[in-house]
Amino acid sequence: MKAALAALLCGALFGIGLALARMTDPLVVIGFLDVFGDFDPTLAFVLVGATMTTAVAFHFVLRRARPIVAAQFELPATRTIDLPLILGAAIFGVGWGLAGYCPGPALVGAGAGVPTALLFLPAMIAGGLAHRFVAARYNGKSRPTRISVFRS
Amino acid sequence: MSSWFVALLGGVLIGLSATALLLFTGRIAGVSGIVNGLTRRSSSADWAWRAAFVAGLAGAGGATMHLLHQATASPARLPVLLLAGVLVGFGTSLGSGCTSGHGVCGLGRFSRRSLVAVLTFMASAIVTVLLTHHLFGT
Repeated sequence: MKAALAALLCGALFGIGLALARMTDPLVVIGFLDVFGDFDPTLAFVLVGATMTTAVAFHFVLRRARPIVAAQFELPATRTIDLPLILGAAIFGVGWGLAGYCPGPALVGAGAGVPTALLFLPAMIAGGLAHRFVAARYNGKSRPTRISVFRS
Repeated sequence: MSSWFVALLGGVLIGLSATALLLFTGRIAGVSGIVNGLTRRSSSADWAWRAAFVAGLAGAGGATMHLLHQATASPARLPVLLLAGVLVGFGTSLGSGCTSGHGVCGLGRFSRRSLVAVLTFMASAIVTVLLTHHLFGT
């Protein structure tokens, strides 16, 4: 329950940040990606602001024995740079460039009632389900993507 | 305020949100992973924090868009928009992350996997915009 409340507030802060930064505007996103045309570098500041913050703050958070309202930190366990990582990122980039939406801004746009975001969202969820269906048929089971990390 | 300063501020808020989620719940703020987990069979506690994050994101983010009079739609036509949605969902599931998980959180953890993912999706998105807007023109 406490974890859900924390997640609600974190989600809210995340959404406010995305909207302020105008990552929720597909034309701004496409302008940022249009480096060979009408390039708009504004979104580079979003990435810089966000990663500078996490690069400093995560260091201090991960020195703790455990999070405040959960038993342990749950961090991605995979370390290898493999084909699914590169192929998945490449496929994601094509979709991002076509529509100007990545998952966070699509959710925010849907929350604001923007029609294109409301149409994009179910297609995105279907795409995730399609991958899990394909992966389950190939592997017999879905790949484990994370393990629990105990720090004591 | 100049737009780059507001963008920087927005980025810092996103970084603080990801930090707070890790500090309180021990979870990585990767939106694609959080959404994907909602369609997976899991415990009610696991489902609850994911649903709460999504509700906060869409609710407060959507309200902020209204306050800022932001309502820009995607320029993609319907079939392209739906194809793009499927590609984003499929790709982020296969590649274990999106702009937030690999970008904001992964780079913050100095993950080599995330750096490779970010460079790959940036490159493929830039090439996609180059092809659709300049070579084939829309």
